[in-house]
Amino acid sequence: MNQLKNFTKGFLRENPILVLVLGTCPTLATTTSSLNGIGMGIATTFVLVGSNVVISLLANYIPDKVRIPAFIVVIASFVTIVDLVMQAYVPDLYKTLGIFIPLIVVNCIVLGRAEAFASKNTILSSLIDGLGMGLGYTLALVILGAFREIVGSGSIFGHKFFAGDGILVFVLAPGAFWGLGYLIALANKIKKD
Amino acid sequence: MAKTESTFRNMALSLTLIALVSSALLGFVNEFTREPIALSNLNKKLNAIRQVVPEFTNNPNDEMYMLPTGEGDSLEIYPAKKDDVIVGYAVNTYTSRGFSGNISLMAGFKADGTIINTSVLEHKETPGLGTKMTEPGFKDQFIDKNPSEFELKVKKDGGPVDAITAATISSRAFCDAVQRAYNTLQKGGIK
Amino acid sequence: MEYILIVISAIIVNNVVLAQFLGICPFLGVSNKVGTAVGMSIAVTFVIVLATMVTYLVQVYVLDKLGIGFMQTITFILVIAALVQMVEIILKKISQPLYQALGIFLPLITTNCAVLGVAILVIKKDYNLLEGVVYGGATAIGFGLALIILAGIREQLDLVDVPKGMKGVPLSLVIAGILALAFMGFTGIVK
Repeated sequence: MNQLKNFTKGFLRENPILVLVLGTCPTLATTTSSLNGIGMGIATTFVLVGSNVVISLLANYIPDKVRIPAFIVVIASFVTIVDLVMQAYVPDLYKTLGIFIPLIVVNCIVLGRAEAFASKNTILSSLIDGLGMGLGYTLALVILGAFREIVGSGSIFGHKFFAGDGILVFVLAPGAFWGLGYLIALANKIKKD
Repeated sequence: MAKTESTFRNMALSLTLIALVSSALLGFVNEFTREPIALSNLNKKLNAIRQVVPEFTNNPNDEMYMLPTGEGDSLEIYPAKKDDVIVGYAVNTYTSRGFSGNISLMAGFKADGTIINTSVLEHKETPGLGTKMTEPGFKDQFIDKNPSEFELKVKKDGGPVDAITAATISSRAFCDAVQRAYNTLQKGGIK
Repeated sequence: MEYILIVISAIIVNNVVLAQFLGICPFLGVSNKVGTAVGMSIAVTFVIVLATMVTYLVQVYVLDKLGIGFMQTITFILVIAALVQMVEIILKKISQPLYQALGIFLPLITTNCAVLGVAILVIKKDYNLLEGVVYGGATAIGFGLALIILAGIREQLDLVDVPKGMKGVPLSLVIAGILALAFMGFTGIVK
């Protein structure tokens, strides 16, 4: 598969959350606003790219029987780096994303790409795969976050466009489930066309 | 390149190597970010203090002391000074009576106990209801009031405080936190 | 009394799936039949209770003692992976049919964010060992509850006409949203 196709598959055709339905927990929890969605998406993309590259590099040196624990250590290391760096330089976003930053380590997208792609492909392909998947994920998070923020808080990217509250249920749990459900249904429809 | 065989020696070796390298790398990153993290935590506190007391020239964090609440724990008191003269006391107080759990807030008092201002630090209250306690519409009513004359009770409980519509519990909890701060400061004596 | 509050809060007020968004993947993946839902819940409960115990001990006697708190993510997830592996081996020996029924879902418990999530939350909430284990167990019961309710609803829906685009995941999510809305009614019962 050429690199362009490799890069863009994460956006719709194989969008990690809308098509493969992976990484649902952080998607529901961190899309209360578009900015939170972007923050989570970028953190995940960083881990994805980092772990894909390192795992692709080490793939042939890791004995098959211990590959899962080895992958987990690599992924957990990148997650810890992201955790510490965010705590130091973007503390407000760090507090909002809370427990979902360390939970990137069990985000099925990361381990999934490591197992399905990075361990079997070149370093460059793995890097582009990680980048494409991560950005596709971020895109979905931003769309869902923007939807919930516009309808639920009456603002976009933090800027309110009318005083008062929106339909609050959308920034709360039910809205997360409904928003994601309909977004996936929409993606299914677009893919079919 | 041929894949490495899954012999015991190879498995143990590769896992140990990976574990050692990541631990070392993380230890390094940890050291590197230790200071920025401490600094950002300090800034967060100072920012909260800045919101509740007038301009100060000292570092309230350096002069922080604890006072017992009388309920078995203590609160942090941050004295704010301008050119060595006390301009206010910021108290890091809390309440466990929030609608959805603990609320922590910073309350600034003058030496005589008058409230200068308040700033909510952490809470889990319901968006659109309890969260309104962070807005001026609710918390401004406490500015320049002294709890010895302005009872910290909502109107429903016979006091003068205007509660947030449909968020009486959050409003009550807010008053509880401020009351705790006032009591602790008055009891402990101004230093 | 404290423990009853922890239990009620974890199961219905702050349900791990419907309010905290943990454990969604198995929630969507294993909820098409009540039978498998029950099996999965039991396995998850077992793992969560064991995991909270071991990770708590690791935190106190290794991470805190050596001041290497930043290694929490790595050590916790490795502990969980090892525990799941152990459960798999034990289950294979003592109950082949249950092992077969759970199939691929057993190793997937490692990536169930509810397990790692609860382990981290116990430390964050400053629970002691017993409180942590009770919290873990209650959370798992909450997980099972949500899972079994959804499975029951989905089994009924199998008999009904559903628009093609909504079949499967989208429909489960919409139902989950309604369940989440219903469970929101429980907020505030634990004061």
